[in-house]
Amino acid sequence: MSTDDPRKQLLRARGAKLIVTVLLGAMTAILFRVQVLGTSQWRLESDENRLRSFTVPSPRGIIRDRDGRAIADNIPGYSLSVDSRPSEEMVASLTRLREHFTMSDARFETLVERARAGPIRPLLVSLDAPFDVVAKIEERKAAFPLILIESRPKRRYPWGEVASHVLGYVGEINEDEMNSPDFAGVPRGTMVGRSGVEAVYDSILRGEVGTRYLEVDAAGRIVGSFRGTRTIPEQPGEELDLTLDLDLMAWIHHIFPEGMSGAVVALEVATGDVLALYSAPTFDPNIFLGTVDQEEWNRISQDPTSPLLNRAIMGKYPPGSTWKLASAAIALEVGVITPTERMPVPCTGAFRYGNRIARCWKEEGHGSLDLAGAIQHSCNVYFYQMGLRIGLSRLLEHGNRVGFGDRCGIDLPQEATGTFPDGPGYWDRQFGYTASEGEVLNLVIGQGPNSQTPLKIAQFMAAIAGDGSAPAPTLFRGAERNDGWRLDVSRESLQHILEGIRRVTGPEGTAFLSSLEHFDLLGKTGTAQSGGDRADHAWFAAMAGLPGEPPEIVVVVLVEFGEGGSVTAGPLAAKTADYYLRAQHGIPQDTIQTLGEYLRAGRSTRWAYTR
Amino acid sequence: MAQSRKGVVEWPRSLFVILLSLSVVGVGMIYSAGELSLPSPFTEGLWRRQAVFLLAGVVAFLTLSRLPSRLVQTLTYFMYIAGVAILAVTLVVGSGRGTAAGVKSFLSLGGFSFQPAELAKVTTALALAWMLAKGPEIQHLRDLIKPTALVSVPLALVVLQPDLGTAMAFIGIYFAALLWARTPLPIMLFAMSPGFAMLLAWDVRVWGAFAIVLFLGLYLYRFKLMMKESVSLILINVGAGAVAQPIWNMLAPYQRNRLLVFLNPEQDPQGAGWQLIQSKIAMGSGGLVGKGFTEGTQKRLNFLPEMHTDFIFSVVGEEFGFVGTSLVLVAFAYLFFRMIRLAEESRDHFAGLFIFGILGAWLTHVCVNVGMTVGVLPITGIPLPFISYGGSFLLMSWVAAGLAVSLSQNQS
Repeated sequence: MSTDDPRKQLLRARGAKLIVTVLLGAMTAILFRVQVLGTSQWRLESDENRLRSFTVPSPRGIIRDRDGRAIADNIPGYSLSVDSRPSEEMVASLTRLREHFTMSDARFETLVERARAGPIRPLLVSLDAPFDVVAKIEERKAAFPLILIESRPKRRYPWGEVASHVLGYVGEINEDEMNSPDFAGVPRGTMVGRSGVEAVYDSILRGEVGTRYLEVDAAGRIVGSFRGTRTIPEQPGEELDLTLDLDLMAWIHHIFPEGMSGAVVALEVATGDVLALYSAPTFDPNIFLGTVDQEEWNRISQDPTSPLLNRAIMGKYPPGSTWKLASAAIALEVGVITPTERMPVPCTGAFRYGNRIARCWKEEGHGSLDLAGAIQHSCNVYFYQMGLRIGLSRLLEHGNRVGFGDRCGIDLPQEATGTFPDGPGYWDRQFGYTASEGEVLNLVIGQGPNSQTPLKIAQFMAAIAGDGSAPAPTLFRGAERNDGWRLDVSRESLQHILEGIRRVTGPEGTAFLSSLEHFDLLGKTGTAQSGGDRADHAWFAAMAGLPGEPPEIVVVVLVEFGEGGSVTAGPLAAKTADYYLRAQHGIPQDTIQTLGEYLRAGRSTRWAYTR
Repeated sequence: MAQSRKGVVEWPRSLFVILLSLSVVGVGMIYSAGELSLPSPFTEGLWRRQAVFLLAGVVAFLTLSRLPSRLVQTLTYFMYIAGVAILAVTLVVGSGRGTAAGVKSFLSLGGFSFQPAELAKVTTALALAWMLAKGPEIQHLRDLIKPTALVSVPLALVVLQPDLGTAMAFIGIYFAALLWARTPLPIMLFAMSPGFAMLLAWDVRVWGAFAIVLFLGLYLYRFKLMMKESVSLILINVGAGAVAQPIWNMLAPYQRNRLLVFLNPEQDPQGAGWQLIQSKIAMGSGGLVGKGFTEGTQKRLNFLPEMHTDFIFSVVGEEFGFVGTSLVLVAFAYLFFRMIRLAEESRDHFAGLFIFGILGAWLTHVCVNVGMTVGVLPITGIPLPFISYGGSFLLMSWVAAGLAVSLSQNQS
């Protein structure tokens, strides 16, 4: 039965070959279309299948003080998140996680809500998981297939409470911030500055997050990291060098009276650098890292002593007698007095202006005084007469030029604007009556509608301690210097003002007990009415340097309800200046610094009388 | 060149080489399929089992190819009956495997299990070849009754397992053998018509057009047909169309999917579409030259389903790209051309018919499998000959090749 018709069989063989060729050729064509023509699309889908992108947090820039000490740095931390899956799986995972990781009910509810809201991947549970929790979950990895543990740098403030107000703190970026152009491209879960320097220089400190790809298998299990070309390395934030002297701030924190509120500002005269900016009471910025407990937040934000308030730049207080220095400078600038002349009416404890009697603080009077004497004794009667010579509108004009109605422009958020009338029309607007020339009597002695921050007073003190100019104080050493303003007063004239405040701490001055053994301390006390039944706020605006040399440092202290400036504020300012100057000039530090302390310690005080 | 001086068909060394090449590629791909990023105890080391079966297959080939063809001829019907019997037994005591645990396609014998359908394919091809070689030449529709019945019995038993993929191979055997049996083209088309009737029943107008073509064909071929034949064929076609259409029309698309999955229970019902997409991604992302041996990510990360068996070709596509897949297809084309030549050279018509039957089965396997991996054909669990993992299929394919060579050597 072999092939009886070879021709017919050959035809069949050809037919079979044709069928094979057509079928396999068609398959090849289809493969060509999928594998060669369509490959880019499929390659993309293959990558989408297996690559899960993760943002790699960038370490925030380290913040250093003027001596290079790190005051905000980073330590390794761990974040916990739940990988994106059908919401119920995520909720189940969160519920299981609670057995090991304590979450408040409110926090848990928020997370569940977010898990149900949609595919935010991955859902962040904590930015700062304790190590023991991380270890427990790593051990039970099989039970927590959806929990992702990532190491991420965690902010640390090694100096804790000392510089909390200046540094501020960081927190996880919130919805409002994510929608703002300032934070364009900043992914969820990023720590951003919330106040202080951390907020102002956030864009410098933040750096840029990187993107890393992890390879996952079909079941979503992480197989390993993917080192492809698409990995974008994270850019660490830049370092920030501040003008602050953290040693000095720590000293201030140490000596500030326990339980009292207030502020201490120290500026370097030569440069205008902010050496210290301290506010009491303070707080530990480290507690704001990770996820802040609502209770903890309430406790701090609702504390009646307002620890979050940076009193040095946000607290406004009537400047009281410290402002007499500003009046004196304006009078010299306007040229209505000469430093050596005496006012025609000697102080008898009161001054008659029209049908009004304006009193001096000293009932028995100061007699006839020159400028330095008037400043030394803080004699109101001298200043009333000086104020009348300047005149209300000129006093206001010059006061505004010096910036008492403005901000200093320090590189910190929320600096308060000084309260100071912009012109005689102010009284009409604010109080509904036309200002008479007599308003000058209040203003010239630092009363009336005038409230200033401790920083503003310090800036003014720096101007008179130096050449009359006052650049805007800055914390960041790389910040551009703002020229600020300049007093149009000669150095010689300024010396008369300094002579006045030098005498304040001299043997006959009210702050004699604050004088220092090694340095010249020049200071002006001030008393600001607190408005209530409580004691007045105490000011002490000081400058200090080596004896016979120009002042190097300006220190302004405000103690809320601190009564007279010489009792609480004076010693604080003196001890601050002394600590700084001892360090500058190589004199060993000592806790016994002021004359008052020498007396209490029973040490020799001869130095106080021989200068 | 094909025939030696003595008229004896040269022992086809090139056939052996191409079969061995495909099988070695298969073992290599199975090795790769076991190389996962997160190793699985179920798939690791399967390539060793496949290599053992390959060795057994080669031994069987070398032995059988030198077997006297007369012995094979004598045993043909006995083997067919044995094959059918084992299939019937399998339906009762058979078991499933892995994801297709509900299917009765495996038979276990003392710790050793195999797929009787693979044996039945070979024995059916043998019996069909014998029947067509010894019987009268097919000139009429009625001449198809006996061969059709011969193939229908094992086919029905396989459908009942149910294993549609393997059942399709029987259809391949049937038509390929009919082709080599010089069945007139119209008769072959008439034989195929009930299949078309079922497939085209999805639309009344299309089916109507089909019916017109069928009537036209019967009219043109009326001189060679008996009335009974024509009426029977029409009734069979109407019946096929009638059962298909209402069933199909009643179904929602997802139910149609389910039907496909029912027809092929080896697939995870919820994963049918997913598997298709993942296979296409593997293929497409392989590009021109592929991701490299064992480097396929779709495979390595377990996105690819059934990567050892049904989707082994996707592993080839992902790791060796279009170059790899087209080379494999060229190898198959070469194999099929070589088989056609072997059939041509065979003195014994029985040999040619058997070779064509086997060719039909393998061609069906290759087309349906490759079509499935690139998503142009529905997913039916059908392996790629010589390459997919599966001991029974590999061994029986080598046995079939050995028998084909043995028969081709017959000089009668």
